[in-house]
Amino acid sequence: MPAVQETIDQVRLIDVDQYKYGFETEVEMEKSPKGLSEDVIRFISAKKGEPEWMLQWRLDAYKRWQTMQEPNWARVSYDKIDYNEIYYYAAPKNNPAPKSLDEVDPEILRTYEKLGIPLREQEILAGVEPERRVAVDAVFDSVSVATTFKEELKKAGVIFMPISEAIREYPDLVKQYLGTVVPVTDNFFATLNSAVFTDGSFVYVPPGVRCPMELSTYFRINEKNTGQFERTLIIADKGSYVSYLEGCTAPKRDENQLHAAVVELIALDDAEIKYSTVQNWYPGDAQGKGGIYNFVTKRGDCRGKNSVITWTQVETGSAITWKYPSCILRGDNSRGEFYSIAVSNGMQQVDSGTKMIHLGKNTTSRIISKGIAAGRSENTYRGLVSAHRKATGARNFTNCDSLLIGNECGAHTVPYIESKNATAVFEHEATTSKISEDQMFYCQQRGLSDEEATALIVNGFVKDVLQQLPMEFAVEAQKLISISLEGSVG
Amino acid sequence: MLEIKNLVVQIEDKRILNGLNLTVNNGEVAAIMGPNGSGKSTLSYVIAGKEDYEVLDGEILLDGENILEMGPDERAAAGVFLAFQYPLEIPGVASMTFLKAAMNAQLKARGESELSTPDFIKRVNAAAAQLEIPKDMLKRALNVGFSGGEKKRMEILQMALLRSSFCILDETDSGLDIDALRIVSEGVNALRSPDRSFLVITHYQRLLNHIVPDTVHVMHSGRIVRSGGKELALELEANGYADYRESEAA
Ligand SMILES: Nc1ncnc2c1ncn2[C@@H]1O[C@H](COP(=O)(O)OP(=O)(O)OP(=O)(O)O)[C@@H](O)[C@H]1O
Ligand SMILES: [Mg+2]
Repeated sequence: MPAVQETIDQVRLIDVDQYKYGFETEVEMEKSPKGLSEDVIRFISAKKGEPEWMLQWRLDAYKRWQTMQEPNWARVSYDKIDYNEIYYYAAPKNNPAPKSLDEVDPEILRTYEKLGIPLREQEILAGVEPERRVAVDAVFDSVSVATTFKEELKKAGVIFMPISEAIREYPDLVKQYLGTVVPVTDNFFATLNSAVFTDGSFVYVPPGVRCPMELSTYFRINEKNTGQFERTLIIADKGSYVSYLEGCTAPKRDENQLHAAVVELIALDDAEIKYSTVQNWYPGDAQGKGGIYNFVTKRGDCRGKNSVITWTQVETGSAITWKYPSCILRGDNSRGEFYSIAVSNGMQQVDSGTKMIHLGKNTTSRIISKGIAAGRSENTYRGLVSAHRKATGARNFTNCDSLLIGNECGAHTVPYIESKNATAVFEHEATTSKISEDQMFYCQQRGLSDEEATALIVNGFVKDVLQQLPMEFAVEAQKLISISLEGSVG
Repeated sequence: MLEIKNLVVQIEDKRILNGLNLTVNNGEVAAIMGPNGSGKSTLSYVIAGKEDYEVLDGEILLDGENILEMGPDERAAAGVFLAFQYPLEIPGVASMTFLKAAMNAQLKARGESELSTPDFIKRVNAAAAQLEIPKDMLKRALNVGFSGGEKKRMEILQMALLRSSFCILDETDSGLDIDALRIVSEGVNALRSPDRSFLVITHYQRLLNHIVPDTVHVMHSGRIVRSGGKELALELEANGYADYRESEAA
């Protein structure tokens, strides 16, 4: 199969050199002592100027975590992580937090510029249509370095700030919601996060408010041997709407780095949250050296009636991905959606999917998952759809498609379905296909190179999901998918 | 001009072309006719550069340059176009998107600048109108769910837009209804020009009533066994390939 063979060869060539975000930024950093202990947690809490209750919450989590076992049910394998070899806090030195962009280390600003993320509001205003504006929170290792459009959002009543700031400024709101979707005891990595989380975003949209712009957070792991443990909490109050985007990158490093985030979404009556991710952590090289371990707990709670939560993710990075953005459909008539594109190449391992837990009456959910495996990667979709006894009229539609490029990769689909209510209707469709040699030849006959042909066919395969992303992200995601699968740097 | 000299090709140890010779001059429309399995599609694939085929001997010269070492995309950029006997489906890729990608890829390969979107749309709409291809078909995924005749029309649309200098039509007439046959033939005739040549593979004289060939070649067992003018097609229509089969046996 020569044509396909050539594509495989192309794909094989792709390793670290394709990862254009792999540069490192030189800034002076302040770190916590290496490893994890009560003292380190106190250090983090003090650095963040946290109230006593927050410190106590962290310490309780830490105690709990020490009794827990790392999970091993996912279809991934990796060397044991030594949790005492990690730095749990690293921040650019000029703390306390900068008040305006002028106070941010220019090196860091340059980093975000290189990543194509505009932080300077004037520039955004100058170049882009007003309705296309995106408010950005930039997190560099353990701290948020800049949040744009704060004032304008405030006028609309929307709170968008680093969570460490929210803990100080809106302690009641944080206390009311933190840990109510992902309990401290939820799972090994979530508990670890609860003990040591450093930064992340906090969003509160008041009743009836449609957030006037997209909110976005860019996470960058820069420091060596540093874990990133961000915590994001988004609350959409009654009848409100918010669309939130997250992006992530990291330098190329030979050793693995841990990223264990927790994201909690809460949608009250008639509220809607759209959460989109373009995950592009460093995937490691062709031999599987280095790369990010992405062990993330993301969960949304459709707490109110008629509420909607939509997860959209484009996953191209990380050496290992262990991630199941889920929806708890508690409110009657609430709806959960999950749209996912997971691309794996080289030695990447992806075990990702979703959980749709139907608790309320007439709740609906929809899952569209597109897995693309190339190189020697393993790509697993793992998904649970369950209906509680009281979930009368629950409906789910699931569609999982896998596309294989080459003969050495694997795609797996592991659906779990549990229904305790006889009126629940769950549909599941799954396909696995390969890019055919004839399709490749057809495209090439029209003048497309090997790489262009692969990109075109893959883009066709993921189209349904790309359409769910906000415009700017869809274009970025499309490029990213091409880059992760081909020899060409877009 | 295309010159094929002593072309010997096999696939999976099976000889399919056995020392084939063929010349198609600039501006010429050459028809190839021949029984099922005689190697017509194989010839078109080998000219276009499909990889499964092993070329054991011979050469293919396009305007004097041997194209056998070139990849299929390079051959496309050099002017080779193949209208497939069985066009492929590309799910999720709108026909419009595909056309744009193909046109821009070829422009890029020739060192020309890409088309602006308005120019591109203008060109596509004009060509589609001529082939009576409805606009909403261009929005659908390429060839997915298209009828046999629609797929063939889409091939000719691509041929018109890519402005290739050497066009192969592999049984483009099969699957076309009477009106479509006329429309497609008119489309091809409109592209006839002194610097463009065609290799038209067909089983039936009726296509050649519309696209009148300059030369007709008979292919049998991987060889061109007879060449003549357009009247040769009429003779074949009347007598079939029986004569050639006997000569093979002899
Ligand atoms: N992959 C393959 N493996 C083995 N034999 C093949 C392969 N591809 C083609 N052939 C054989 O090569 C011969 C020529 O096939 P080809 O498709 O070129 O014929 P054709 O002249 O186009 O026929 P038709 O008029 O039916 O379209 C046939 O006998 C066919 O079975
Ligand atoms: Mg044929």
